[in-house]
Amino acid sequence: MKVNIQTALAGSALALSCAAAQAQNSTSDAIARYRELLQDGNPAELVVARGEALWKEKRGPKKVSLEQCDLGLGPGVVKGAYAQLPRYFADTNKVMDYESRVVHCMVTLQGFDMAAVTKNPFSGTGQRQTDIEALVAYVVEQSRGVPVKISQVHSLEKDAYERGKQLFYMRAGPYDFSCASCHGVTGQRIRLQDLPNIANVKEDAERAFTTWPAYRVSQGTLRSMQWRLNDCFRQARWPEPVFGSPATVDLITFLGVNANGAKMDSPSIKR
Amino acid sequence: MKRKHVLAITSVIGAVLAGCATYDAPTREETLQVVKSSFRDRGIAKVERLNQSDTQVACSQAALTGKELPKDVAARLEKQALATIKQPADGVYLGDFKRGERIAQTGVGLQWSDTDQTVAGGNCYACHELASQELAFGNIGPSLKGYGKLRGNSKEVMTYTWAKLWNSHATNACSQMPRYGDANILTTEQLKDVMALLLDPKSPVNQ
Repeated sequence: MKVNIQTALAGSALALSCAAAQAQNSTSDAIARYRELLQDGNPAELVVARGEALWKEKRGPKKVSLEQCDLGLGPGVVKGAYAQLPRYFADTNKVMDYESRVVHCMVTLQGFDMAAVTKNPFSGTGQRQTDIEALVAYVVEQSRGVPVKISQVHSLEKDAYERGKQLFYMRAGPYDFSCASCHGVTGQRIRLQDLPNIANVKEDAERAFTTWPAYRVSQGTLRSMQWRLNDCFRQARWPEPVFGSPATVDLITFLGVNANGAKMDSPSIKR
Repeated sequence: MKRKHVLAITSVIGAVLAGCATYDAPTREETLQVVKSSFRDRGIAKVERLNQSDTQVACSQAALTGKELPKDVAARLEKQALATIKQPADGVYLGDFKRGERIAQTGVGLQWSDTDQTVAGGNCYACHELASQELAFGNIGPSLKGYGKLRGNSKEVMTYTWAKLWNSHATNACSQMPRYGDANILTTEQLKDVMALLLDPKSPVNQ
C-alpha cells in the first residue's frame, strides 16, 4: 500500500514536471478516450426513448400526438428533418429552427399555451429533462448520419444567414465580447477547453453543428442547441436570448450553413 | 439617335442584372433591431447592454469584414480609451499577490447567474499563462509568466500595466481583453492585487 502511494506520488510529480503543453494534450486525449468509451452507452438514449414516447402520445388540450407535425419534409416526416433545420416555413412565413418549430406544433396541433411551454425550456443540473429537451433528443437522433442541408433559397433564409453572421461578430456588453472573441481564431483555448474556429474553419463549424444537441456529462443532462447559445451568451455577459427568438434562429442558420454537407452525429456526448 | 439606343439597351441590361443577381442583405441597423427584440433582461444582465459603444461598433465591423480599422479611426478610439484611465489616486500600485492569484482564478461576475453582490473575478487564466504551477491556462492572450521578472517594476512599467488592466483599448483599439477598470469589473483594490500578482517579485508569476 505504502509502495503504491509512493508510486502514485512519484507519478504525479512526474506529471507536474511535464511541460504544460503536454498536460494539455494528455487532458484532451483523456477526454477523447472518455467520450469513446461512453459512446456505446450514451445516456442520451434514455432521453431519446422518452422523447419518442412523448412524440407519439396524445397530449395537450386537443389530445393529439405530434405525429402530424410538419418539420419541413411534410407532416409526420421525422427522418432527416433535423438536418435541414432551420428553414423557411410558409405556414408561419418565418425561418424556424427545430426547437421553435416543435413548440409551434405543440401550440397549433396539441393546443398547449406558448408561454407555458417555453417558460422553462431547459432542465437544471441533475433535474429531469424538460419535454422540449426530450423531443429534441428523439428528433435529432432520427437525423444521425444524415448530411446537414440548410437551405439558402428563400430570401428570408438568406436574411437569417446574413443577420446570423453579423450577430456572430457583434461585440457588446460590459466585456465587449462577440461569438468571434472565442470562436474566430484557430488553436485557441479557454483554460484547457479547445475552442472551435466556427467562422473560418469548415471542419470546426461542422463538428460544432453536428455534435449538438449533446449529453453533457458534467451536468448529467441532455443539452439542446438553444441551450448552447443561451449559455454562451450568459458567459459573454449578454442579456438572455429569448427561447426560439429570431436572433437565435439567425445564429443557428449561420452555424448550420457553415456545416452544410457534414453528417449529423447527435446526440453526442460531451465533457 | 444611335447613341440613345445604346443607352437604352445598357439600362435594360443593367435593370435585368440588378433584378436577377443582386440580393440586399439586411443592414446593420436592421440586424440590430432584430437582435434587440430577441433578447430580454435577466437578473443583472439588461438588454441595454446591447447598446454598443463607438469602439464596439467599429471593431464588430472590422471583424465582420475581415479588414483592419483605418489608422485614423484606430488612433481616435485609442485616444478615447486612454482618456478613461484613472491611475490610483494614492500612487500605490501593488496590493497582495495572493489575493491577486485568487482573482486571476475566478471567473464569476456580471453574468445573469451572478448578482450585484457577486465579487467579480478577473478570470485571467482563461486566456493567459501566469504562475507556472497552474497548468490549466488558456491562450487567447499572451503568456504573462515571469511578467515582472522580465520587466522590473519601474514607475513606467507600473503605469503601463495599470492602463492595460483599466482599458486595454488604449494601446490596441480592438483588443479582446475586458476593460477591467473602465467597465467596473474589478475594483481599484482588486486591480492592485492583480498588479501585485504580475509585478511583485515574490509572486508565483515571477518565480
